[in-house]
Amino acid sequence: MKLVAAALAALALAAPALAGGERPRAADLEAELVCPTCKSTLDQSDAPVARRMKAYIRSRIAAGAGADEIKQELVDQFGPGVLAEPPKRGFDLLVWWLPLGGIALAALAVGALAWRWSRGREPVPEAPLDPELEARLDDELARFEP
Amino acid sequence: MSTARLRLAGQVLAVALVAALLGLLVWKVARGSDGGAAAELASGRSPAAPAFTLPRLDTGGELSLASLEGKVVVLNFWASWCLPCKEETPRLQKAWERWRGEGVVVVGIDAQDFRADAKRFMKRFGVTYPVVYDGKGSTLGRYGVTGFPETYFVGRDGKLVGERVQGEIGDEQLERGIRAALSASP
Repeated sequence: MKLVAAALAALALAAPALAGGERPRAADLEAELVCPTCKSTLDQSDAPVARRMKAYIRSRIAAGAGADEIKQELVDQFGPGVLAEPPKRGFDLLVWWLPLGGIALAALAVGALAWRWSRGREPVPEAPLDPELEARLDDELARFEP
Repeated sequence: MSTARLRLAGQVLAVALVAALLGLLVWKVARGSDGGAAAELASGRSPAAPAFTLPRLDTGGELSLASLEGKVVVLNFWASWCLPCKEETPRLQKAWERWRGEGVVVVGIDAQDFRADAKRFMKRFGVTYPVVYDGKGSTLGRYGVTGFPETYFVGRDGKLVGERVQGEIGDEQLERGIRAALSASP
């Protein structure tokens, strides 16, 4: 019985701490949202609309709203342009995948060119050594042999 | 396909890609700096006022500029967080009350703002003229709005007339603009 009571007490204490851990931080949201008039992130802007948006974010966090919920509310008011990063869905996915696709294509092209270049090279024919020079070289080398 | 043909196709493709990207850049630069209808107005022309259909804040439903054809429209861009807007709103309200009998409509376009803030603002200043909500600011680029407040005058034929007023509008500017719009159109 004492064990059950202790477990319940621990749960009761842990619940607010867990909830606190999920609560979004205003500073994080301000770095992920853009001021619609000056186009810089809220944490870098002191424009009147940015100040108003920061106050809104704080009031919604205090009311227990989640990060995604707050972002969506701001998108509903100001449009998707307030998101510093475009959403990872639908047509906006192109923004994420195009650069990766470009890098992959470039890597493939470089690889193909390198392969072709290495295969297409003719071995440099060895120039025949002048017999007189070869004899002289042999003599010189013989001097160093024990 | 021979190697030479493959190489030529690759080169053509690369040149086409670079040309397309350059074209896109030129188009974006040209489009971004055209200054909207305000630039045409400043150069002495009388362009058609860019069309819009936006949700109303004063009542339900939507309001389109086209539905106001035949009337002179005073188009005022504002936001509740804009300080000069607080100063000029009573003047716009006064003008609406004075001129509405002569076919003049004052229309507020609340842009880049919270709906709830805008409604509080309208209540505080006793605004009774139509106000539409453009949170995303979709009309700003087409008109060439550079800040808030900004006011345009639209003649009965739907064309912009007079001068674009940047910043807080005065009583005289308001009257001059309305008279110019009334006399410019049949």
